Amino acid sequence: MDGPNTDVIQGTLDMLILKTLSLEPMHGFGIGRRIEQITRGVFKVNPGSLLTALQRLERQGWLDAEWLRTENSRRAKVYRLTRAGRKQLEAETTDWTRRAQAIARLLKAEA
Amino acid sequence: MSLWRQLSRGLSTLLDRRAADRNHRDEAEHYLDAAAAEWMARGLSPDEARRRARLEIGTAVNLREDMRSYGWENAVAGILSDLRYAGRRLRAAPGFSAVALLTLALGIGATTAIFSVVEGILLKPLPYPRPEQLVALWHTAPGLHLKDLNLAASLYFTYKEESRAFQDVAMWQTGAWTITGTSQPEEVPGLQVTYRFLATLGVEPALGRGFGASDDDPHGEHTILISDGYWRSRFGGDPSALGRRLLVDGAAYTVIGVLPPSFQFMDRRISLLLPMQYDRANTRLISFCCQGVARLKEGMSLAQANADVARMILLAPRKFAINPGIAGDAFRSARIGPNVRLLKDVLVGDIGNTLWVLMVSVGILLLIACANVANLVLVRADGRRQELAVRAALGAGWERLVRELLVESLLLAAIGGAGGAALAYGSLRLLTASELPHLPRIHEISLDPAALMFTACISLAAGLLFGSLPAIRYARPQVADALRGGGRSLSSSKERQRARSILVVAQVALAMVLLVGSALMIRTFQALRHVDPGFSNASQLETMRIFIPGTQVKSPEAAVRMEEEIMRKVEAIAGVSAAAITNVVPLESNGSNNPVYAEDRAGQDGAVPTIRRFKFISPGYVSVMGARLVAGRDLTWTELYRQTPVALVSENMARELWGDPQRALGKRIRTALSDDWREVIGVISDLRDNGIDQKAPAIAYWPLLYRNLGNASGASGAVRSVRYVIRSRRAGTTAFREELRQAAATVNPNLAVADVQTLQSVYERSLARTSFTLALLATAGGMSLLLGLIGIYGVISYSVAQRTREIGIRIALGSPLRDVTKLFVRHGLAMSGVGTVLGLVGALALTRLMKSLLFEVSPADPVAFAGATAALIGAGLLASYLPARQAAGIDPAESLRGE
Repeated sequence: MDGPNTDVIQGTLDMLILKTLSLEPMHGFGIGRRIEQITRGVFKVNPGSLLTALQRLERQGWLDAEWLRTENSRRAKVYRLTRAGRKQLEAETTDWTRRAQAIARLLKAEA
Repeated sequence: MSLWRQLSRGLSTLLDRRAADRNHRDEAEHYLDAAAAEWMARGLSPDEARRRARLEIGTAVNLREDMRSYGWENAVAGILSDLRYAGRRLRAAPGFSAVALLTLALGIGATTAIFSVVEGILLKPLPYPRPEQLVALWHTAPGLHLKDLNLAASLYFTYKEESRAFQDVAMWQTGAWTITGTSQPEEVPGLQVTYRFLATLGVEPALGRGFGASDDDPHGEHTILISDGYWRSRFGGDPSALGRRLLVDGAAYTVIGVLPPSFQFMDRRISLLLPMQYDRANTRLISFCCQGVARLKEGMSLAQANADVARMILLAPRKFAINPGIAGDAFRSARIGPNVRLLKDVLVGDIGNTLWVLMVSVGILLLIACANVANLVLVRADGRRQELAVRAALGAGWERLVRELLVESLLLAAIGGAGGAALAYGSLRLLTASELPHLPRIHEISLDPAALMFTACISLAAGLLFGSLPAIRYARPQVADALRGGGRSLSSSKERQRARSILVVAQVALAMVLLVGSALMIRTFQALRHVDPGFSNASQLETMRIFIPGTQVKSPEAAVRMEEEIMRKVEAIAGVSAAAITNVVPLESNGSNNPVYAEDRAGQDGAVPTIRRFKFISPGYVSVMGARLVAGRDLTWTELYRQTPVALVSENMARELWGDPQRALGKRIRTALSDDWREVIGVISDLRDNGIDQKAPAIAYWPLLYRNLGNASGASGAVRSVRYVIRSRRAGTTAFREELRQAAATVNPNLAVADVQTLQSVYERSLARTSFTLALLATAGGMSLLLGLIGIYGVISYSVAQRTREIGIRIALGSPLRDVTKLFVRHGLAMSGVGTVLGLVGALALTRLMKSLLFEVSPADPVAFAGATAALIGAGLLASYLPARQAAGIDPAESLRGE
């Protein structure tokens, strides 16, 4: 309870997923782990939210999914970014940068 | 693209929930596996690794639940399961469901059927391209006291040549022609039209060509267009019909085209289209003959068209000479003005008011049905009070309970709506199959998508209306009360009873409005039945039409002699008491109207005198019809063949001109300045020729054969299209009609006998609209009375059931049984009394809408109001007495033990 807040900033989960998948196709756990690694543990993704978000992004046509067989003959769902997803990522990145800069400017402002 | 994905993925999930679940499970399992694998890579045992993974992530089941909750299909699945549940509950209460569904189906069905009629007649555009541009060219002539004057050939040519507002102008006239050359001569209906007629309507022939300017040339070849139906029946649908010749009234016409199957015009039966071939060079100024139709130019308004016509009317006297024998300023003094109206309005006529009254009536009926169902649903929800309270106590959200209650009501409404649509379909089939109602555009009435859409909307609205009541009452938290009371606490049961009593009062009030409406129609119908139409015993009057074309019998006298010969043959048929000949049957509104000059009236030569109805008759007409000779004597056959200048007039015309029927005798009248004066020899009792509910017109009766009548320049003339009126007790039978045909055929086998009908059927048809309105209103009124009865009965008997213990105590304490009965009857009477009073007020306000449908009955007719009040109070008494008697029969010991 007292540890640092590792919640993903509201509304940014989609962008984080899209960005992660822009590196390479991955399955759900991999995406979550990768986000944690890259953000050096600042963000920890809740698995339930992650899997729900993946369904949503897939329905929106930003991700494609494919079922693969793992070594122990289980089914694994691997997601990959679509062209539309790439566009969406660009849009969200631009938007986020603009807003982050604005907040940074505001916080830097002196009295 | 993404919408498509949403839909298809959602649907596939819905359709194969199991596959979707497997995918979710596999993904969740794999997620856990991957997490565990990571722990194992750090050196933990497989079991320990799984444990740690689960600790971090939660169970696979939780993950699956998270995934499952995503997507619109979940909401659908929820509603589907609600629907299944509601369906099971409705099946579990078959009595309730049957009554509710039947009530709803009747209400929705009646509303849908009437809406379809309204839509087909009033709302649907005419079946031509850009129908809003089509207008009918009517005129007014205040100088002649005429509100509706048709089109003259002179005006047609003027409009065609001078118009700024019209794209196209055409003139038309109905007719019927005898087609010979086949086994049996047949009379075929159709139109005579000027050549731009089809182009004005925007209709192309399906086969061949339409008329061109050359077809309208009076000296040109005879050409003809035939309808699709006639083409199929006469030529078997053979395209080689084009170019074939038809013998039309003895003259050869070349078929140049076939109309499309969908073609229709002004509800006329049309098998033939003949060119009018009006000779412009010989057209005189006063040549009113036909009707006009025109297409407005793009963007032209009706007002602009009327202004244009007003301008052009003044041009006509410069283009066409006045008729010989008519005063030079007759046209000007008639003060002809424009009365251009939308073609659709002319076709639909004044039925709009009737239809809206019916629409309001069925709307009220639907409301009553809704109130009834709401009452039933309330009782049911009341029975579930404890269950609902328990569920609310266990944490069911109110929106969840509201949804469940609403879904049940909506399901009821949907099934009721489907039943209603089926009922409406059936009743519309019946309606359109029967000729009785005499509605315009009747073949355009159908249960089309718009009507079905309407059904869906009113079903939904009805479901929300009667479903929201229990939802509001029972879904809100009232846990403690409901659980403690166990449904037996007196105060809350009273409160519940109040809601239902209010519904019943509303029902009674609405039923009152409908009952008053039906009572007014019944009174109107009675009043109409008591009117003396000017003929008597119409069911024993057979009528038939025969046309003797000039190609068959040249001279007018020979034509009339043939007409008489047929009449003699008809009189010889067994069972015929008398027969006579005239030109039109009463009430058929196709009589001609012309001015009549009276010799002893001043100011004859300048102004055109008042227009009178013209009829042509043979001797014996008056007695055959069952009319009376008020003064003077009948026409004789000698006078007829000598063409003696005599005439008869109607009683009202005699009174108007000379004050007294006796004084009319010996006076002289004529219809044009060049005519001979004709001596009035008899006065005939009035005839309601424009409709039973209309004032009897003033009528001038002329002999069938005449000389120098109506600017004939001394020539003889005869009525060649004649109606026989035959008095016989065998009238209406098939055998008799066959004998009539044979009688005509023995005189001349080339004559077609048409329109065989009894005068009674003509009379019934003239009352058809009133009977139709009456039948529908009375049905609605009867149903509303029945529903009101059921409503009162339901509330009282439920109240009896609720208060069994209280009644038991009362009886045990010695209360007389009559008092117990009175208790409940008083409640029932209070409800019907309040409802009736409220309904009286509503009816007073609403029946004014019916004014134009009533005949010699005021919209506030005390008899109608008293009758409806008595019916409702009586029904209220009956409906409350029955369950009240049950209350009196309660066994006190039994009732107390039962509780």
